[in-house]
Amino acid sequence: MTARALFAEDMLLGRLVTGIGRSPKAVIAAVVCVILLFAAIAGPYLTPQDPYDLAVLDILDAKLPPGSESMGGLVYWLGTDGQGRDMFSAMIYGLRTSLGVGVFSGIVALIVGTVLGLTAAYFGGRIDTLIMRVVDLMLGFPTILVALMLLALLGQGLWKVIFALILVQWATFARAVRSAALVEKNKDYVEAAVTLGISTPRILIGHILPNCLPPLIVIGMLQVANAISAEATLSFLGIGLPITEPSLGLLIANGYQLLMSGEYWISVYPGVLLLVLVFSINIVGDRLREVLNPRLGER
Amino acid sequence: MTVFVIRRFLQSTAVLAVTAVIVFIGIYAIGDPAEMLISPDASQAERAQVVASLGLDKPLWEQFFTFAWNALHGDLGRSFVFNRPSIALIFERLPATLELTLTGLVFALVLGIPLGLLSGLKPDSATDEVIMTGSIFGFSLPSFWQGMMLIMIFSVWLGWLPSTGRGQVGEFLGVHSSLFTLDGLKHLILPAINLSLFKLSLVIRLTRTGVRETMPLDFVKFARAKGVSEKRIVFVHVFKNILIPLITVIGLELGSMLAFAVVTETIFAWPGIGKLLIDSIMRLDRPVVVAYLLVIVSLFIFINFVVDVLYSMVDPRVRLGGAQ
Repeated sequence: MTARALFAEDMLLGRLVTGIGRSPKAVIAAVVCVILLFAAIAGPYLTPQDPYDLAVLDILDAKLPPGSESMGGLVYWLGTDGQGRDMFSAMIYGLRTSLGVGVFSGIVALIVGTVLGLTAAYFGGRIDTLIMRVVDLMLGFPTILVALMLLALLGQGLWKVIFALILVQWATFARAVRSAALVEKNKDYVEAAVTLGISTPRILIGHILPNCLPPLIVIGMLQVANAISAEATLSFLGIGLPITEPSLGLLIANGYQLLMSGEYWISVYPGVLLLVLVFSINIVGDRLREVLNPRLGER
Repeated sequence: MTVFVIRRFLQSTAVLAVTAVIVFIGIYAIGDPAEMLISPDASQAERAQVVASLGLDKPLWEQFFTFAWNALHGDLGRSFVFNRPSIALIFERLPATLELTLTGLVFALVLGIPLGLLSGLKPDSATDEVIMTGSIFGFSLPSFWQGMMLIMIFSVWLGWLPSTGRGQVGEFLGVHSSLFTLDGLKHLILPAINLSLFKLSLVIRLTRTGVRETMPLDFVKFARAKGVSEKRIVFVHVFKNILIPLITVIGLELGSMLAFAVVTETIFAWPGIGKLLIDSIMRLDRPVVVAYLLVIVSLFIFINFVVDVLYSMVDPRVRLGGAQ
């Protein structure tokens, strides 16, 4: 990376931090995001039990209300589910899956979208028309419909869900990168770089891309929140993740039947965690949008 | 105008054709069509008959034309479970979904526009802050979880409203709908709220942005200078200008609500096409899944087409501006 690019990033980082710092709401949301991210990464070290190790589960502990004590003296602060699993541990593991799927699919979609968006903007002409036609087609359909179609045809599975989420997200990134890059492309520094004989890929990645980062960061945040929500919805419907990869959406679905009979905690606590996660990411993303570019789409 | 309509119509047809190709590839190229379209408990003779009638022994491009030809004639296979044409099943359930979607849309507009106005007219006030945070909350709340909470609060705890089914269906002027009976209305309230909440947030945000962009314009200043009352400025002059983007987005969101109805219908056991889709996926009733996908995509493309034509009537710049 060139010195220029690093400098631009530094300035950007500074703007982001001070921008969040000025809004107390965004500070709280950012702190929550960091805590949840940490909890997801450090998951196995934080949980009192491994919720998917059948040896430690005791069916006698099933459906205990929050605060009950197990046979072994362990306190279930958030209760247990139908198999006697500690809800807190299950939720941390679910958070890992949900956040992992959301962030991973978001990053891949960002890379795919950025490459295609930059290509479209820089080369223009037929390539641009072709890429943007596909983008328009993708954005014309609602996320959930495309994901439903795909999973209805392919069946469920972790990688299929990730594939579906990437497919529904890349177009948003591509469009944002293209419009940012179109503005940058005509600026003097690009012309100077071309005159100096710098290769096209280096101009694109080292010079134009860093200047397209602000909208990408904002859209990236909002897309991760969307992806987490979409994955949870698909899993809840029973066509998303398989039962071997329990995300927050699956935990909620598992507790759904028990909700009616009064065992609310099995469904409600994972739901609250999912809500807090998506809500905080959205608040931070919304704040960043105001800081970086007040005119960046309606959502 | 005619040229614009024709061009948009051709574009819509192209999109529909592309989707049909994708669905076709999804069934025929990725999976085994015989396995997908023939019931698992079919006998050897039945299997051979379906293979022949679908032309599965012919080359792929020929198969595609058979598929497209049959689809154009409304023949999308028979449901394994109900042993009836799958397209008939879809059209039977469609009214329930449309009723739910339209009611949800009305909820979103009736609540969303006033809240958006309130928020946009006093930007950065406490009211604005509350409404805007509320709207972020609205679209952060996963639709299925919000539906469960509605059931828990209003059906399980308070016992005010029923949580499943469509209730009694009344008839008025030959139209069957839950809207015409008290029981049906009671059943409709929770699902409609569930479906509308996400769109409500969107309507609030759009209205707010519209008000904030329109208020500083010259014609508003002029109206004020002329002595027009503030009420009239907001509700007549500004409101007209907000309506244009609102109409477009609402039209497009109607399609996305039809898709989201899958979630709402599953939670509230609403007998529409969304629930039919999920049930069919679970029962491996693939002809119904394929029929659902093609019908919903056609419906969606049709809505987009109508919105574009309406929009071009409201705002001539759209059709004069060319394809982009």
